[in-house]
Amino acid sequence: MTGAPFVTGRVSTPAGEVPRASTALSWRDHWGTLFVRLAMGRMAYTVEPGLYAVGSPSPESPVLVSANYKLSFDHLRSRLGGLDAWILVLDTKGINVWCAAGKGTFGTDEIVRRVAATRLAEVVTGRRLILPQLGAPGVSAHEVTRQTRFGVVYGPVRAADIPEFLRAGMKATPGMRRVRFGIRDRAVLIPVELVIGAKLIFGVASVMVLLGGLVRWGYSVDRAAASAPGVAALALAAFAFPVVLVPLLLPWLPGRAFAVKGAWVGAAMALGLYLAAHAGVVNPGGRLELWGWMAGWTALASYVAMNFTGASTYTSLSGVYAEMKRAIPAQAVLAAAAAVLWISGRLAGS
Amino acid sequence: MPLKYLPNVVTLELDAARCNGCGMCATVCPHAVFAVGAGQARIGDRDACMECGACARNCPNEAISVRAGVGCAAGIIAGLLGGIGPASACAPSAGVKS
Repeated sequence: MTGAPFVTGRVSTPAGEVPRASTALSWRDHWGTLFVRLAMGRMAYTVEPGLYAVGSPSPESPVLVSANYKLSFDHLRSRLGGLDAWILVLDTKGINVWCAAGKGTFGTDEIVRRVAATRLAEVVTGRRLILPQLGAPGVSAHEVTRQTRFGVVYGPVRAADIPEFLRAGMKATPGMRRVRFGIRDRAVLIPVELVIGAKLIFGVASVMVLLGGLVRWGYSVDRAAASAPGVAALALAAFAFPVVLVPLLLPWLPGRAFAVKGAWVGAAMALGLYLAAHAGVVNPGGRLELWGWMAGWTALASYVAMNFTGASTYTSLSGVYAEMKRAIPAQAVLAAAAAVLWISGRLAGS
Repeated sequence: MPLKYLPNVVTLELDAARCNGCGMCATVCPHAVFAVGAGQARIGDRDACMECGACARNCPNEAISVRAGVGCAAGIIAGLLGGIGPASACAPSAGVKS
């Protein structure tokens, strides 16, 4: 795929021709970013692993190592305008640097393999690789050096800091070494979370619409159809509100466990539903159904928030285990109570 | 507002006797857990650790131990359901077992 649209030419090296990647993103790149941010085709959004050039690099130019997820690669090259450098793209199976490092695909073995396959030692004289700091969970720097005779320098967490890092003689400030999880970082994740969770919630909504036809000693299709829009709307709201609100409000939600943060969102939603039902703005059915919805909303919001741990940048495996052990039983009890209340309400009101 | 996760849960340990104070742990840590001074690293903010394992893997003296993994409930659930071990589900196309 050296004929990829972002390749603007070739650079000759003793190890053969190396494609030159543009440092400007085209409309095509921006569209690609938008699509993967909407969870479309993001598992096949790759660039060919290997060596690339940006600018007009010499044998002394720095070598930056990256992943072959195109979003990662685009992010890196778009920050290198005006610089002359080499980019060594590892085969991370189309996964970003941090996640691939967690799996070990952005790892020591792949670096050793890729350095050999690209004959990097013939291309550059400065025997040093600059790795993104977030690649460190998969890489043993001293082991890379032992096997390749290339030194390893960990660069900044964010590609945006690379020019300054290079200007400062490969020195990262403490701020460059910290991972953040600001409101923008959290907000861009919302569309993917919506799409991924959609399957679950459409399943739940469909089952509830069908169950809406239950009457004492029988089933009424007319009744199911009549209540379908309302039931579906309340079920989808149960999911959509926490998926959007938990990431946005994360630092301000009470509690440290994500399940607790989500439960607060769910409880606030339940209170809102209660007030809206009493004001006659929405009609969730009788009292049992209302309380069923309130319990269900709280349980689902807690579950949704708990599943956001994987998208965050600061949760540990031990911590997630600890919160799951307590949260899942509580969520299950609430969900069961919600089901019993709601179905009883449907039957009682029939 | 700094985001803090659960206190007193992480498995991070530093064996001071093996540490030569090279500072690699502080370099790779994305949450500034370590402080290095006087030829010795020490764990400062243990609760900020997310158990990514970067420090342990990059310590040339094997002075650090941590049960490394990905703090991802969806991955743990998928792993338990699918029997493929925790943290394998976040990016299925990687096709790698943890």
